[in-house]
Formats: sequence, C-alpha cells, structure tokens
Amino acid sequence: MDVSELVTRLGLIVIGGEKGLDREITGGYTSDLLSDVMGHARSGSVWITLQTHKNVMAIASLKELSAIVLVKGYQPEADMLVQSNIEGIPVLGTEEEAFEISGKIYKHLNG
Amino acid sequence: MSSEKMHFEYRVEGGNFSEAGYPSSQVKKTLKQLNVEGNVIKRTVVALYEAEVNIVAHAYRGVIAVDIDTEKIIITLTDEGPGIADIKKAMEIGYSTATPEVREMGFGAGMGLSNMNTNADKLSITSEVGTGTIVEIMNYFHK
Repeated sequence: MDVSELVTRLGLIVIGGEKGLDREITGGYTSDLLSDVMGHARSGSVWITLQTHKNVMAIASLKELSAIVLVKGYQPEADMLVQSNIEGIPVLGTEEEAFEISGKIYKHLNG
Repeated sequence: MSSEKMHFEYRVEGGNFSEAGYPSSQVKKTLKQLNVEGNVIKRTVVALYEAEVNIVAHAYRGVIAVDIDTEKIIITLTDEGPGIADIKKAMEIGYSTATPEVREMGFGAGMGLSNMNTNADKLSITSEVGTGTIVEIMNYFHK
C-alpha cells in the first residue's frame, strides 16, 4: 500500500510532503522516543507520534520511513513542515489518539 | 591507494538541535555512492546520529571526523563538554542526564549509547569530566 492509499482509507489529512505520497508502506512504528525509533523502526514504516519538531524528519529521512502520522490533531512546527517538503516524506494528521490510529493502520496493512 | 581514502569533518554546536542529523545524512549519501551494503549504511547512520545528538544535547561543541577507506569507516567525535563521570552507568538503558527540555523532544531516554553499541562493530568512549568526551565508531564494510 502506498501513502496516498492509506490517506484515503483512513481519512488522514495531508499536511506536507505531498511529493512522497507514492512511497510504499511496509509497516508501522508507534513511539514518541526518538532513539527508540532510531534503534527499532524498520525502513518503509509509517511513524505514529506526537512529536512535532524538525528532528522527526531527520530521523524519518535517515531511517527511510514512508510517512509520519501526527496524532490528536497535533500540527508540525514550521521547520518540520519545511523539511517534510524538502525530503518528500509526507506528514499526515489525524484527530485520533495513537492507540486507535495505530490499530487501524495495523489492520489495513495486515488485513 | 590514496584515492580510495576519504576524510571529512563536521562541526557540531551544542544546543543546536535544528541542524542535528546533517553529518549523518552526508555520511549516508557518501556510503551509498560508494555502494556500501545497505545494512552497514543503516547501522553506521544510527550509531553516528546518536553520537551526534549526544554532542548537541550535552556538550558545548564538537568535531566529527569521518575516515573512509575500502574496508571500513571510522568516525571520531570529539567534544568539549562536561564529560561522562561513569561511562558504564551511561551505557545502561534508561540512564540519562538529559535536561527536561531535551526529554520533552523525545531525546534523552537513555537509549542512545545502547543504540550506538548495537550498531557499531567497534565502539570506544573515553571521557574526562570537565573537559569532554571522545567517541570512536568503527564499522567494517565486509564481514
């Protein structure tokens, strides 16, 4: 499944990084600890988090993640959004909490 | 052959999180251009990023020296900072001396040194309290 399909299926908001909507999603990782993601997320994953600063994009880029999903209506800080567009890694938004959206993404990836 | 050796240096400023990750992404690009195996690149990038963030989070400033030859990459991070009083303790997962501000960003969870250890073939840390810390990461391209 690519990012745009996940967006459609779950009604996510595309906040930035539109040119990466065709990136393939092969898994997911839910965490707000950056070293946890750095150490354990697999490339191709969508990262579910409430962290909204620029370093999120640095990690997403270094780990070759597919997209970021910001939970609970959180908005990226301005420099995170800029970096999302530069890297072409989409930042997506949802009003849902991490547990709920992670469960839905899991179901769509494994269903 | 000298043409097969590369050397880069990057300066890191303590407290400047907005630039964190730049040296790591440059090293990643270079290793990709050299057709280094993907898993080696991934491990090197994780180890370097964590070491880099440690300078930003804890030190005043630092220099990252990267040396690449046909067999391996050696990254030496030398910082001016408070140093690490108990390296063994610092290696424990969950132990951190990061400030509340740094923790709020999701850093400082006490996982960085463990990530470095897991993702480096050789990791050496030497430190002098009140002076600074030297971290050396070595990864081989072929096992």
